[in-house]
Amino acid sequence: MQWGSLNEFLAMGGYGLYVWTSFGATALCMVWEVLALWRRHAATAAEHPDLS
Amino acid sequence: MSALGVNWFKFSSPQAFYPLAGSIIPWCAAAAIGLISFGLYIGFFVAPTDFQQGEAYRIIFVHVPAAWMSMFLYVVMAAWAGIGLGLKARLSFMMAQAVAPTGAMFTFLALLTGAMWGKPTWGAWWVWDARLTSELILLFQYGGVMLLRTSIDDLRRADRASAVLALVGVVNVPIIYYSVQWWNTLHQGASVSMTAAPKMAATMLTAMLLMTLGFWMYSIAVTLARMRCVIVERESLLSWGKQASVQEVAEAR
Repeated sequence: MQWGSLNEFLAMGGYGLYVWTSFGATALCMVWEVLALWRRHAATAAEHPDLS
Repeated sequence: MSALGVNWFKFSSPQAFYPLAGSIIPWCAAAAIGLISFGLYIGFFVAPTDFQQGEAYRIIFVHVPAAWMSMFLYVVMAAWAGIGLGLKARLSFMMAQAVAPTGAMFTFLALLTGAMWGKPTWGAWWVWDARLTSELILLFQYGGVMLLRTSIDDLRRADRASAVLALVGVVNVPIIYYSVQWWNTLHQGASVSMTAAPKMAATMLTAMLLMTLGFWMYSIAVTLARMRCVIVERESLLSWGKQASVQEVAEAR
């Protein structure tokens, strides 16, 4: 492990903005997709209560 | 036809596929969470700093898996579209429909994370390089396939038209893959290939492969979940979720 402190980890050797934007955007897209599907599934389940 | 004692054709009917997909999703979701967590741990805490690119190289742990999935999911979508056209199987068309948004999302992420890597490394967010341009075209192809489907009211015509478009567009995938060899691109060549030893440290490779496997599991889970929604929305059948009694069937008439 090469990080002396949390700040060093967040700074990413000066590339923090680029690295965290990449990982943040990816996480955001994936979480959003899962939530959107959750809601879509809830909508279909509400119309068809017989489906689990 | 029954391999492993299972009648696989049974699952080509939406009624049988729906509960099957429901039982696969939790396993794939758990595998995705585990693999991605482990991959992030290796990627941030075990893999060393790159001697040329510094810490910015860590972007590849999302960039490369996303780019691979964008191409792979397109092939999967086109394959299901082709099977649908060949066998006139509506479940195959639904599968192609369910894959498209996730593929488009990964294409977008590959482009975005690529820009995030390009700015500090090349000094430009975007260049009209063969690799980048063909990947951008892939994003438009996903968009085209999805838009064409929604723009045609008749479901069967929408299925066929978008399937043909998806199939024709598959020629772009080898172009993206080999673009770094065919043209003199700014985008670097492949660090990992089938034929040569990987040009990166073992821990970096491990993190990248774990993330790729995690994205794979994520894609299966998300696609199957969307598939279940699509089945219900398209079929809107009264009660195949439960066993109907003779009386209920009689009353339904």
